[in-house]
Amino acid sequence: MERRVNYKNDVNLKATELRLGLPGSDEPERQVTPSIRNNKRTSSEISEKSRSKSSSGVTEVGNDDHHDSTAPPAKAQVIVGWPPIRSYRKSCLQTNENEVEGAGMYVKVSVDGAPYLRKIDLKVHRSYPELLEALENMFKLTIGAYSEREGYNGSDYAPTYEDKDGDWMLVGDVPWQMFISSCKRLRIIKGSEARGLGCI
Amino acid sequence: MESSELKRSKDSPNSDESAGLSSFPDEVLERVLSLLKSHRDRSFVSLVCKDWYNAERWSRTHVFIGNCYSVSPEIVARRFPNIRSVTLKGKPRFSDFNLVPQNWGADIHAWLVVFAAKYPFLEELRLKRMAISDESLALLAVAFPNFKALSLLSCDGFSTNGLAAIATNCKNLTELDIQENGIDDKGGSWLGCFPESFTSLEVLNFANLTSDINFDALERLVGRCKSMRVLKLNRSISLEQLQRLLVNAPQLAELGTGSFSQELTFRQYKELECTLSNRKNMHTLSGLWEAKGIYLPALYPACTNLTFLNLSYAALQSSELAKLLAHCPRLKRLWVLDTVQDKGLEAIGLNCPLLEELRVFPDDPFGEEIVHGVTEAGFVAVSYGCPRLHYVLYFCQQMTNAAVATVVQNCPDFTHFRLCIMNPGQPDYLTNEPMDEAFGAVVKTCTKLQRLSVSGLLTDLTFEYIGRYAKNLETLSVAFAGSSDWGMQCVLGGCPKLRKLEIRDCPFGNAALLSGLEKYESMRSLWMSACKVTMNGCRLLAREMPRLNVEVMKEDGSDDSQADKVYVYRSIAGPRRDAPPSVLTL
Repeated sequence: MERRVNYKNDVNLKATELRLGLPGSDEPERQVTPSIRNNKRTSSEISEKSRSKSSSGVTEVGNDDHHDSTAPPAKAQVIVGWPPIRSYRKSCLQTNENEVEGAGMYVKVSVDGAPYLRKIDLKVHRSYPELLEALENMFKLTIGAYSEREGYNGSDYAPTYEDKDGDWMLVGDVPWQMFISSCKRLRIIKGSEARGLGCI
Repeated sequence: MESSELKRSKDSPNSDESAGLSSFPDEVLERVLSLLKSHRDRSFVSLVCKDWYNAERWSRTHVFIGNCYSVSPEIVARRFPNIRSVTLKGKPRFSDFNLVPQNWGADIHAWLVVFAAKYPFLEELRLKRMAISDESLALLAVAFPNFKALSLLSCDGFSTNGLAAIATNCKNLTELDIQENGIDDKGGSWLGCFPESFTSLEVLNFANLTSDINFDALERLVGRCKSMRVLKLNRSISLEQLQRLLVNAPQLAELGTGSFSQELTFRQYKELECTLSNRKNMHTLSGLWEAKGIYLPALYPACTNLTFLNLSYAALQSSELAKLLAHCPRLKRLWVLDTVQDKGLEAIGLNCPLLEELRVFPDDPFGEEIVHGVTEAGFVAVSYGCPRLHYVLYFCQQMTNAAVATVVQNCPDFTHFRLCIMNPGQPDYLTNEPMDEAFGAVVKTCTKLQRLSVSGLLTDLTFEYIGRYAKNLETLSVAFAGSSDWGMQCVLGGCPKLRKLEIRDCPFGNAALLSGLEKYESMRSLWMSACKVTMNGCRLLAREMPRLNVEVMKEDGSDDSQADKVYVYRSIAGPRRDAPPSVLTL
């Protein structure tokens, strides 16, 4: 997100200033980079950090008072105490997210070629390997190993899921907790379709 | 009052001295003044003359202390001998957002020790942001035989063991209100500590506790406390249990349900619906955790006379909210989650013409992608339908200057305007301009404005507007805003009624801090964190203004010269002696 910088008087100085960082990138001394959410992986860390009681100065952005700071501007930074929501409410919401249907978090699972769908309780599992094993048992198929580079290339089947935005994602890319909170349904696609994903 | 006779022999001035100002006998004056409830009125009364000062101090039964360090318990006890009810507030508000170190202070114990000696007939204690230990609760439970009401909001340091002490020993308890505290929840057995002979409870709020409650004990307690009018349950209470409790409490005025998502049979659902119907006395409804849309209709008959509906823990969709609101014609206060989206806010505008307060909380403030939530459109929609709106708290991902201008044009009576654009420093998303004109419109139009929280990309112009127009402003919260010292100087120079100023992550430095030298003595407190204030600036302030306490909290690893967090407040008790090592008093 481009932002107007209001230091009208400093414009000429800034243009000639030698800085670390790509030309056109935001000034590191500006309080905060607007896109603290551009890195999916850190959002669960953000909520965990904000929940912790100690306000660690290391993570607080506003303390970056040094003009010659070499902090990389594009790094996703955690802001302590922002947005201003009471700790109590935050921990309540945290539990809310994990308890989608009260007793369990059941999502529909469809397999290409199967006549009907099944339901699986995501809360019962604590990790991807457990989930994949459960899926393999439920449908009597093999999913195989996940790799960040190739997805499930080489397997007969690949697990995908629909997230909150309605997009179909490959299971395994994001941290488990984030997956749990955004997974709406699962779809196990045939390996032949999945092979296409590995090339992206 | 026997005490007034005692007093008169000690320090009553001769009637000659009062120059005819007070021709009432003292008893009459005290009787008249005892009817005054507002502590501000009482403050004015005490300044009239010595007679009135004395009459006021003897007749006062409730004392409100907005900052526990502004005065000492000994000073309070000396001035007000007949206190029955105390309200105390401790930590700076930003401690709610983890900006204050854990062991900062605001411990109630020293106060309780003095109260135990001087106010043995104490009946009520209401604490906000104080540290309170189980030991203190145990002392409270036994030191005051007439103790009636305990309210703890945003406090920490205690566990359910402390609650057990209260339940066991306070024979005359009418109110136990435990809200949103950092409580160490060791289990629900404390509720069983109320003796079987105990029947006086009128207010019970344990909504914030997480563990399972001894339900049988609760059911019996509710059954025998016939005067119970406020009951707020925690999540562990199921719908079926709720129904059983409600059967025994037909007169409830305020209900906080437990979890609203248990699988019910049709018969159970009908029973619940029946129990909830015809509750003409019920004016407040909250709880509704994990509320399932299909069960909400059971609530409809209970909503006829609702004036306050708190849905801030129920992630409802817009259609569910709309259907519910159609049954709440008298609603004045509504809290929702932003899962209802703009469509839900439109429904509010259509169904709640009497609405005076709206709070929209974010359901997923730390979520990965910002697609959901409410926008400026929803805000505007509410303003068209609810002209009486005077309190708003609105968390959103995007806002425009034009929308805010429209909102205040429709609702010019705002007293509390708290807008939180969740991305720090975000401009008007349509024009890409700062949000200065939005808040300019707010302060120009809403002349009664008492409390303002600003957000978004803001230059000094916002603060020029605030200083120039916000003549009734008492509380201002600022984050990631402003361009230079001038902004803060405008506010300090312009807002005559300013009492609380809290600032974080703004480019305000020593010049700004020191421009408010005289001002701070007329304010309750100033908070500045992650700004450009230095230790030298703070030292200068402390030196120039001896009646202010200037406290600095240092962060680990920060520059020695920077004053990372500054808390300044007036006090007649002098610098505090219980500060932890991380807090420096200058």
